[in-house]
Amino acid sequence: MEKNLEEIFQAKIDREEKIEPKDWMPDAYRKTLVRQISQHAHSEIIGMLPEGNWITRAPTLRRKVALMAKVQDEAGHGLYLYSAAETLGVDRVELFEQLNSGKAKYSSIFNYPTLSWADIGSVGWLVDGAAIMNQVPLCRCSYGPYARAMVRVCKEESFHQRQGFEILLNLSKGSQAQKDMLQESVNRWWWPAMMMFGPADGDSPNTQQSMKWKIKRFTNDDLRQKFVDVAYEQAKVLNVTLPDPDIKWNEERGHYDYGVINWDEFWNVVKGNGPCNKERLAARNKAWDEGQWVREAALAHAEKRANRKSKKVA
Amino acid sequence: MQDHLYNFLLYLGDNALILGHRLSEWCGHGPVLEQDMALTNIALDLVGQSRNIFQLAAKMQGEGATEDTLAYLRDATAYKNILLVEQKNGDFAKTILRQFFYDAFNYPCYQRLMQSSNKDIAAFAEKSMKEITYHLKWSSEWVIRLGDGTEESLRRINEALEDLWPYTGEMFKYADFEIAMTESGVFPDAAGIEAEWEQEVKNIFAQAGLELPEKAWMHDGGKHGRHSEHLGYILAEMQFLQRAYPGQKW
Ligand SMILES: [Fe+2]
Ligand SMILES: [Fe+2]
Repeated sequence: MEKNLEEIFQAKIDREEKIEPKDWMPDAYRKTLVRQISQHAHSEIIGMLPEGNWITRAPTLRRKVALMAKVQDEAGHGLYLYSAAETLGVDRVELFEQLNSGKAKYSSIFNYPTLSWADIGSVGWLVDGAAIMNQVPLCRCSYGPYARAMVRVCKEESFHQRQGFEILLNLSKGSQAQKDMLQESVNRWWWPAMMMFGPADGDSPNTQQSMKWKIKRFTNDDLRQKFVDVAYEQAKVLNVTLPDPDIKWNEERGHYDYGVINWDEFWNVVKGNGPCNKERLAARNKAWDEGQWVREAALAHAEKRANRKSKKVA
Repeated sequence: MQDHLYNFLLYLGDNALILGHRLSEWCGHGPVLEQDMALTNIALDLVGQSRNIFQLAAKMQGEGATEDTLAYLRDATAYKNILLVEQKNGDFAKTILRQFFYDAFNYPCYQRLMQSSNKDIAAFAEKSMKEITYHLKWSSEWVIRLGDGTEESLRRINEALEDLWPYTGEMFKYADFEIAMTESGVFPDAAGIEAEWEQEVKNIFAQAGLELPEKAWMHDGGKHGRHSEHLGYILAEMQFLQRAYPGQKW
């Protein structure tokens, strides 16, 4: 019976039909999705912190408004994604608690600090850029609610990326100090952005299963390569050097070769040793704990109102 | 006369910018995701409004003035916002009450500005009214929720009330530029605003189970550039890049 269900399920996926919340699905598929979607949602929420770090210091009112709108978009992405996760039978509060306790993971990139205004540009260009590479294929993910959420997210992410690139383009045409600010920022963000695609294919044991389930469409290394190819051309427009002396065109492969990623750093940041891991979690915990009485008050008031209404009716 | 109009525009713009800036400090730190977004929404509206007004003021001033020179190159003594809007966010209750006091004041102000003899101001007020109506609705609902919520939320909003009440009088203590604007019809019938504000506050407080405090000593000075210590820090942060890298494009 189970076997049969699993065959029907896989056949559906193979026909590129979407799996919907009420459909039967293997436990492992459900678990994989809950983990991936909630990690993704957490990343959106944690990502608000390094970007929000420059809202009060944005250099013009136009930039200030654009940055606020961007960070607000990330909150919206978090909401869509938590809703998608909820269709799989978990609830948001439970997921928040996993994040706050440090049990759940989120994208390591947000454990790096935003130290200059150029970082707001670099985050847009490289981090949103890498996120788009990862996320566009997810619009065709086999799980319907996730795929639909990603369609909305991707539209906004590509806007974020253009906005970030435009910030950097402006710096690239500015004073020497601004050009230096730009280069220094790209130097810091390049490698962490490269790590956003996750471990090399050989070290990514779940990739094959995820691809069979059509949660994933491309391997980590495929996506990373795509990213390098695009970013290298864009870096030329910005007149910046990517901090990788080994990047060069490989005629045979039709791609840019690139240097060796420092996986030691990657795993260390994942384990909690990045420059801002503690601060990010502390900020989320503070917001959550200090929001407790607000959430309770809203609930208590709603109950009182409902009681008054039902009394009136009676 | 032109000076008064210019100062009046700065006053409107400064109120919106400084309150928007304060609200933006919440972004990413709100008590619940939906309200984080609501706070940022209002911050976006307010900073957007300040840009519109500063553009009008910059046009009046000429000499290469822009919305950004007005926001980023004036020091605290040149800022004309009321002290209420520069007060620290405090907890959510304080942010909510500060917002409500301001919205309940801003709403009747902009209703009047829609009738302004100055066409630019009237058009701008008309454009902003939908946002301001939403802000008032949002902050009123939260005052009611917190007042009529739990013991703790009631205690907190009462603490906020104690802190903020002495900053409410300044709104109605009209500066020379406001009086001139009232007389010339740019800001018609300003005298009626206080009564409308009080009515609105009474009405919402009644639903929230809050008591209106006695008339008390009220701080003022913001409209004349005499601010609390907070504004200097807000500007130091806000203006950092423009000050550190003068004359650059961003
Ligand atoms: Fe996002
Ligand atoms: Fe984004």
